Amino acid sequence: MQMMNEQTGIPFILNGRPVRSLSAPGTRLLEVLRDEFHLTGTKCGCKEGECGACSVLINGRLVTSCLIAVGSIAQQAVLTIEGYRETERFAVLDAAFADMAAVQCGFCTPGMVLATEALLSEHPHPSAEEIRQGLSGNLCRCTGYQALIQAVRTAAQRGAGLW
Amino acid sequence: MRGEALYVDDLLIDGLLYGRLLHSERPHARILAVRLPSLPPTVTVVDWQDVPAQNQIHIVQDDMPIFAKDEVEYVGDVILMLVGPDEQQLEDLLSQVRIDYQDHEPVFDPEQSQQIFFDYHYGHGEVEQAFAEADHIFSETFHTGLQEQAYLEPNGLIAVPTTRKMTVRGSMQCPYYVKTALVKALGKAAEQVQVVQDVTGGGFGGKEDYPSVLACQLAVAALKTGKPVKCVLNRREDMATTSKRHPSRCHYKVAVKDGLVTAMDIDVLMDSGAYTTLSPVVLQRGIIGAPGVYNTANLRVHGQARKTNTVPNGAFRGFGAPQTFFAVEMMMSHIAVALKQEPLAFKARQLVAQGDMTSTEGRYHFNVSLPELIQRAEELSHYREKRQAYARQSEARYRKGIGLSLIYHGCGFTGNSERDFIKAVVKLKKRRDDRVEVLASNADIGQGIKTTFAKIVADQLAIPLDQIIVNNPDTDLVPDSGPTVASRSLMTVGQLLAQAAAKLKQVWEPGKEQEIEEQYQHPEYMIPFDMERFAGDAYPTYSWAVSVVELELDRLTGTADISGAWGIFDVGVPIDYNIVQGQMQGGFLQGLGYSCMEHLAYSPAGVPQQTSFTDYIIPTAADVPNLVTDLINNPFSHGPYGAKGAGEMPMVGVAPAYLEALEQAMNCGRLEHVPFTAEDVLDRLGADPDRQQAEPDTWVSRERKAAGKPAAQVKSAGGGDPACR
Repeated sequence: MQMMNEQTGIPFILNGRPVRSLSAPGTRLLEVLRDEFHLTGTKCGCKEGECGACSVLINGRLVTSCLIAVGSIAQQAVLTIEGYRETERFAVLDAAFADMAAVQCGFCTPGMVLATEALLSEHPHPSAEEIRQGLSGNLCRCTGYQALIQAVRTAAQRGAGLW
Repeated sequence: MRGEALYVDDLLIDGLLYGRLLHSERPHARILAVRLPSLPPTVTVVDWQDVPAQNQIHIVQDDMPIFAKDEVEYVGDVILMLVGPDEQQLEDLLSQVRIDYQDHEPVFDPEQSQQIFFDYHYGHGEVEQAFAEADHIFSETFHTGLQEQAYLEPNGLIAVPTTRKMTVRGSMQCPYYVKTALVKALGKAAEQVQVVQDVTGGGFGGKEDYPSVLACQLAVAALKTGKPVKCVLNRREDMATTSKRHPSRCHYKVAVKDGLVTAMDIDVLMDSGAYTTLSPVVLQRGIIGAPGVYNTANLRVHGQARKTNTVPNGAFRGFGAPQTFFAVEMMMSHIAVALKQEPLAFKARQLVAQGDMTSTEGRYHFNVSLPELIQRAEELSHYREKRQAYARQSEARYRKGIGLSLIYHGCGFTGNSERDFIKAVVKLKKRRDDRVEVLASNADIGQGIKTTFAKIVADQLAIPLDQIIVNNPDTDLVPDSGPTVASRSLMTVGQLLAQAAAKLKQVWEPGKEQEIEEQYQHPEYMIPFDMERFAGDAYPTYSWAVSVVELELDRLTGTADISGAWGIFDVGVPIDYNIVQGQMQGGFLQGLGYSCMEHLAYSPAGVPQQTSFTDYIIPTAADVPNLVTDLINNPFSHGPYGAKGAGEMPMVGVAPAYLEALEQAMNCGRLEHVPFTAEDVLDRLGADPDRQQAEPDTWVSRERKAAGKPAAQVKSAGGGDPACR
């Protein structure tokens, strides 16, 4: 893929692996992930930080990758759905989302999953209000959010101790 | 869930070029000249001159150009496409293109438009006589606004040319609609055009007609360059230039005698936008539903769709019904209040029932479940009790309100379209390994049709679900079983699959390849629909819903906190309970957005003002009320396992329930439009009484007088003190 030269590019940790982006420093992280690293699980819904479809975790914090310039994340740890889906926590979310029928068209889902991870990291036993606030940066037009809220609640119960 | 599903923007294709569209900046103008910057050799211009056959996109009629030739009709009309390997470079070049326009006078107000695209009349009974004999006559005008579908995945397609054929793939609801449009535009034989649906990130009607537009533009570009060309709209472009829900104005004049409605005289006007696209069918569904769920012995309905120089409006969940059901439900509620009756009690006395005549002289052939739904809604929401309690509230800052609406949704296509135009065909293909593939053209756009199709076929064949294969439709492989619209896929196509599976079971031979085809048969019980007179069965059956919204209003800030919401639905029998619940909840929330926050308007120059999620506000998880959705069973004899149409219905009844609740909380007279935003609340609460009286809508209750004497016009308070604070 890209040249692994110490002198070139922007080094960061992508899904646990050190990488270098050869994109211009002002390039949106979203585009770096999708176009340079071909990680298309991160979706582009608005490019204005409003819809949350491009959510990723940087050092565990939920961000919209469309508003992050790749030049600003040197040495930081980026986790996308492709990295997160290999974790035990993901397995719990996967089952809970399926059981609660929380996925319809699926376009918001990778971002919603990472938002759930951020939410449960902060509040392992979230209240209904904390769940609503935690997901409120991620738009979903299909579900009406009821099933998503149920899925988060279910995951929190089943995954007790994991978060 | 794992981020592995590939949407059109995720596909990698060798030699792929990008297409970016140049949109008109003027609402109505003649194109005098197109001035292009100097273009690098890798960039190609594609415009109307490159269209091999017909430069009109087939939707219902053929009036929308693929690329504007001489005239532009709305801000957003596509003039040309630049095609090249670098999207950013194309954007830069597009910004340097100069168009010389000669402006014409644009029309933005459908009331002022002289161009009537569609004009329908129907009715029955003795309307004039009923008005002459009425105790009261009420008249009022209602408005509904634009609404953007706001699917999370923007529209996008790829056109791939080969020596033998043109393939278009991507985000869509109706592969065969796209194919038909391409055949006409390219002048190719049907077998030279292939359309493939990729994983689609929501549609709600917004990917019913628009993909035909983009497909034609991209196919022309692919033909010219000989390379695959992709275009995924950015969010602002998608919101600014693709179809939305028709704004409407509905005028109702209603006669009441002995406490019951005896006549309705209804005039519906829909804003079609610049081209006809789906307006005739949206208008048809709207006006057929205009009298609501009430027996109206004497009825006159007039509906028009007129042209304005705005984005062509198209399909959105409910398809004309949310507009007229909003109007009729508000009208009935307002009449009840004027007659000093509780709205639900007033409505319940005149509901249609099985065997009654429909608005179009058809029949409600099957059980009308509204009484059961109302009872369940009462049990869950305690509507009547709360309605009475909230009527006794003091004039405090915080006030509560509760509202309820009754609606139906006509299942499937309107009139004879299913029989005369769609003629759906499905196939089941059994492979040697005894796995069975479903071949149908209906697209899964998040509504779970792959799952429900598979469940039906597996159950009929009594084989495990994982032995059923349902791929995304590819017109080279699947027959035309019609589009993914009108809440028809499960009821109509699912029934064909159930029948096909039953036949396959009869002839099942293990280890052998077998194929079964099943064709649509129009139900024999249906009274044929006469499109000229709007007479007959408009729909094979109806789904029914009761929606209840309870809220608490802060009269200082104008914000309403939705404290409870209930949707009780009859969709026949749910094939998959979770999927139906997901549809009901998602649709209900879209209805709440329509009611109070999703505001979209044009500037005086015809430019859409809300084109991003920053200013076009859709509900978030934080806005979700305590929504309870519930289903009752009411099996439909002609649907698979008793299923009827479901997907659109939850959207339809929310706005009138919300507004009736808001009306009670505001205690400030009648409300007559959606969306009714917090700003509207403050505006109305602060309005001085004189201004209210000067409003153009007349609300008169005419006391019946002795024959020959002119009727006295009595202004009714309509439930509120005009000094609202």
